[in-house]
Amino acid sequence: MQQTKIALSKIYTVKWKKINIIKDSALYVMMLPGLIYLLVNNYIPMFGLLIAFKNVNFTKGILQSDWIGFKNFEFLFKSADAFIITRNTILYNVSFIIINTIVAVAIAILLNEIKNKLILSLYQSLILLPYLISMVVVSYLVYAFLSTDAGLLNKTILPALGLKEIMWYTEPKVWPIILTLVSNWKGVGFLSVIYFSSIVGISGEYYEAAKIDGATKWQQIKLITIPLIKPTIIIMTMLAIGRIFYSDFGLFYQVPLNSGALYSTTNVIDTYVFRGLLQLGNIGMSSAAGMYQSVVGFVLIILSNYAVRKFSSDDALF
Amino acid sequence: MKGDKLIKVISHLILAIVSLSCLIPFILLFVSSFTDESILIKNGYSFFPAKWSLEAYKYLLEKWDVIGRAYGITIFVTIIGTAACLIITSMLAYPLSNKALKGRNVFTFLVVFSMLFNGGLVPTYLMYTKFFDIKNTIYALIIPKLLLSGFNILLMKSFFSNNIPTAIIESAKIDGAGEYRIFFKIILPLSLPIMATVGLMSGLFYWNDWNNGLIYITDQKLYSIQLVLNQMITNIQYIATSDLGSNSTSNTPLPSTSVRMAIAVVVIVPVLIAYPFFQKFFVKGITVGAVKG
Repeated sequence: MQQTKIALSKIYTVKWKKINIIKDSALYVMMLPGLIYLLVNNYIPMFGLLIAFKNVNFTKGILQSDWIGFKNFEFLFKSADAFIITRNTILYNVSFIIINTIVAVAIAILLNEIKNKLILSLYQSLILLPYLISMVVVSYLVYAFLSTDAGLLNKTILPALGLKEIMWYTEPKVWPIILTLVSNWKGVGFLSVIYFSSIVGISGEYYEAAKIDGATKWQQIKLITIPLIKPTIIIMTMLAIGRIFYSDFGLFYQVPLNSGALYSTTNVIDTYVFRGLLQLGNIGMSSAAGMYQSVVGFVLIILSNYAVRKFSSDDALF
Repeated sequence: MKGDKLIKVISHLILAIVSLSCLIPFILLFVSSFTDESILIKNGYSFFPAKWSLEAYKYLLEKWDVIGRAYGITIFVTIIGTAACLIITSMLAYPLSNKALKGRNVFTFLVVFSMLFNGGLVPTYLMYTKFFDIKNTIYALIIPKLLLSGFNILLMKSFFSNNIPTAIIESAKIDGAGEYRIFFKIILPLSLPIMATVGLMSGLFYWNDWNNGLIYITDQKLYSIQLVLNQMITNIQYIATSDLGSNSTSNTPLPSTSVRMAIAVVVIVPVLIAYPFFQKFFVKGITVGAVKG
């Protein structure tokens, strides 16, 4: 009797396991399209990084092309370009991080002072508007201001101030300022939403207590609001630093209208790779630059994420 | 307190200036599209043109075969892309939210890792063009990069984990429902908020995308409206060779500045119209996303 019972229970266990696998397989099958896409779109190209070590000859095919080790990288780093694009990428990102954060936090703090819900909503809607349009449209808006022959600046504003026309699209020196302004204009709405929601989360009790102690609005902002959103600021900043090797391609390609004269101040790693691949057909240099970006970018993202994790483990990506 | 009043006034002042500076370029765009072309050439862009004109829009209607086609492609890609994105994303995110799934951590890691490390443009481009040969096909506008993002997957996954009580799933299983049934009949209807959020963000990205077109499309018949805009302002050849530059019955030298402005207007108007209705979801998407749900 005991034997039968054991035997039966074993059969039931096996059957139960089989049923579980079939049940679970439904979930695995469900994941299949997504996983296949990740494989194709994200993982297979990772192997393609090896292209940077080859001298790609399409008649031979990519796999059969010669292996040339680090020659592409040598070539890349010996050229002046490597320094320029790295410098531009990092400097722009650093200034974006600093300026956009300050402005976004300031806007968020000010928004918090608005009591009228309707007006608050109006401000928020308007400030988010630039986020909704593509960089191509932004390049048109910028063109309306900077066009040499017909732009608002050259035709109306500069003459009114008694200043001479400027050939905006061939003068590299002005573009760091222009691109920083544009990045700010377009991105601050988005950022301020994040900081605003952080501020809104601060318990009203702190402010109540402060008011009772006679603190002015300014003191409340300085001593309550800002310290309490510091974590958010630090996390956002660290995540941004992690992406310091990546740029908003549209900003650096579309807004300067892909003008060659401006490359010295508008060429970043992303645009360099793009131009190398699709406009110059120089696969060696562009793949080397691309790998340079992927590897350094990866290291920075990991480091910055560890930093975020140490600071506040819920907010880290992993 | 006096200081408080001052801060209130300053807040309104600064915010009003900031909001206006966000709005003003749009106004310039709209006004320029309604400005007479010869005035545009003579006086430049202005908020107060000497002469108004509908010529630019008339021209757009004339050239509707080119413009409308590009518009149609954008609309098609946006709708199909967003729908496909929602389906694939939710089908990947839901099993990941199931704590009992074997290997759940491995798959989640695969998703997260794809957000950290990237093959870059060169391998991706070579793969899609040499291996999959999607250059100059409509797939090139839908598939690369936009169809699935690790970000959206994690967003949905945490939504499913936090907002769908396991009790409901359990009771459905007891009633004998299979996984697909549970997914379509229970999970999806309960997920409308996150679907709206991810759908809107995804839709916006598809609508605004010019990157895929720039990389993979050289056939003018497949240009999205964003790409048309891009080519008009950066590619002199485009104006000469495309149907947009050919003869027309109106007097405007073409494609003129005002026409370009008009096309830009036509591109952003749908987004601006939809915006008030969906602003709530946009904002929610940004907040939840940034705090990495």
